[in-house]
Amino acid sequence: MSIAKIFAPILLLTAGAACAQGGLSSDVPTIDIKNGTASAIPVAVVPFGFEGATLPPDTDVAGVVSGDLNRCGQFKALDRKDIVESPTRGKDIKFPTWNLLKQAYIVVGREIENPGGDVRVEFELFDVAKQQQMLGLAITGQKSGLRDVAHQVADLVYEKITGVRGALWTRIAYITSTGVGGNIQYSLMVADSDGVNPQTVVRSREPLLSPAWSPDSRKLAYVSFERGNSSIYIQEIATGSREVVSSAKGINGAPAFSPDGSKLALTLSYGGNPDIYVMNLAARDQKVQLTKHFAIDTEPTWMPDGQSIVFTSDRSGKPQLYQVSAGGGDATRVTFSGEYNARGTISYDGKHIAMAQGAGNVYRIAVLDRTTGESKAVSVGNLDESPSYAPNGSMILYAATEGSRGVLYAVSADGRVRQRLVLADGDVREPAWSPFRQRGQ
Amino acid sequence: MKLPIRILLTAAVASATLVACSSNKPKPQTQSSTDQTQTQTQDRGGKYTVDSLDTDSCLRQRVVYFDFDKSEIKPEFQAQIACHAAYLRQFPGARVTLEGNADERGTREYNLGLGERRGNAVSSAVGAAGASSSQLNVVSYGEERPVCKEHGEPCWGKNRRVEIVYTAKQ
Repeated sequence: MSIAKIFAPILLLTAGAACAQGGLSSDVPTIDIKNGTASAIPVAVVPFGFEGATLPPDTDVAGVVSGDLNRCGQFKALDRKDIVESPTRGKDIKFPTWNLLKQAYIVVGREIENPGGDVRVEFELFDVAKQQQMLGLAITGQKSGLRDVAHQVADLVYEKITGVRGALWTRIAYITSTGVGGNIQYSLMVADSDGVNPQTVVRSREPLLSPAWSPDSRKLAYVSFERGNSSIYIQEIATGSREVVSSAKGINGAPAFSPDGSKLALTLSYGGNPDIYVMNLAARDQKVQLTKHFAIDTEPTWMPDGQSIVFTSDRSGKPQLYQVSAGGGDATRVTFSGEYNARGTISYDGKHIAMAQGAGNVYRIAVLDRTTGESKAVSVGNLDESPSYAPNGSMILYAATEGSRGVLYAVSADGRVRQRLVLADGDVREPAWSPFRQRGQ
Repeated sequence: MKLPIRILLTAAVASATLVACSSNKPKPQTQSSTDQTQTQTQDRGGKYTVDSLDTDSCLRQRVVYFDFDKSEIKPEFQAQIACHAAYLRQFPGARVTLEGNADERGTREYNLGLGERRGNAVSSAVGAAGASSSQLNVVSYGEERPVCKEHGEPCWGKNRRVEIVYTAKQ
């Protein structure tokens, strides 16, 4: 194996080399938009031009931007077959054409190959009715990393039009299991938020579960049974280096990084039953026990300000969500409607909590509005679980079961638009949406 | 809650002992007489041999099933718990791991807790019936190790279980 190949996975992760990876069909996720919305904003993203001495890159930047905008639900990108003109600069746009096509916005751009080999992607966003430029920017990236550039273009367009930071240039982590009987293999995977470019972070013959991102997106905490009992690992994604941070007697589960990354909330049962603890990652023997109750207390998740933790407890008989100060103290009950509420995920502003809500044999994702106290279902399956908010709160990723296999769905936070991501053969579950990415990651 | 379980267990142990006595042939004396521990355990009136784990109809039962979101041991499993407790009492070197499991409904981490609660319930029952706590280990796999994957009570009922796994037979 050459050095280039050894480093390939790392480069793929840091530069995000896209589905240019040979265009394997199994790498390309199927995205089914389940229901459109009449209020979706029409946008034309015209195929970008290419100016360079060598062959154009494999990545269809405009195609990726269109797909991203469609996925969030607020936009409807114009079908490629309806794009009748191909301007690549603002000055070449004939606005009457796009007006006739009932487009509210148009994005044009070009990829300019630099002598060094990288590519400068220039793009412009126009308001069609006003014939006015709203954005004119350039992002430079590796030729092999143009999918990342495209996601950043989509985020900038999204933010300019909606006023909310885009979360398209993000990643997702999830668990897959393939094979049956004694041949089951579990993998912790990381992919782009559209499911493209899946990378294996760790493989195991024993169950893996509960992946959780560090706030800088560089590490994942997860639970593995490879030592026989559950243990919590923290692994650096780019290098693969990892360490066991907890392998106490009993359950070691449900890791969750604090918003500042200095602590890890987790579930431990060495005291006789599962309770919530907070571990100082710089001094791991310093653990604070947050809950002391004979019930099952688990699935801690931090409020965005890091001051308190929401967790699942069946202290009232059935699982419900409770909140406790990160320093300890009495827990207060958060959920009151629904017989089974578990595994909360909190929107970035702390105003909404999505959870798995059970009634009889049906489990769906429900969103609790903490201002009004009302909750509503945003999924329609029978065994939906593991909700995870996008870092901008616009979408919720969750796991569903279809037949004998697990699949992932992304639903807009209001429940109106739902898409399925088919990421791999076998079971896919336990999705976790990454925080926002920083340039250079 | 605890008292009735203990009373039931005592009764179950007594009946299991009777059943075991009547259904087991005298064990063949094949062990070396220099095996002090073995001789001592046999002298304590044990009716099992190590082979009984494979031949005794009660000891061959190694799975305890539960109701949904419950960890109470149902009466039909008391005999099974009693005979394993009797075996463990007879062979102090024997060790078991009680593997707790849940069905697919509900969240994975909660089910990890539920599986442990079931494992602990079996562990307490076997302990109350005479096994030493040092012989008993509990591991929860939650819903991660189903024996079947269909969505419905016939399959769910098989997955809500504790498996009694011997890691040392004597």
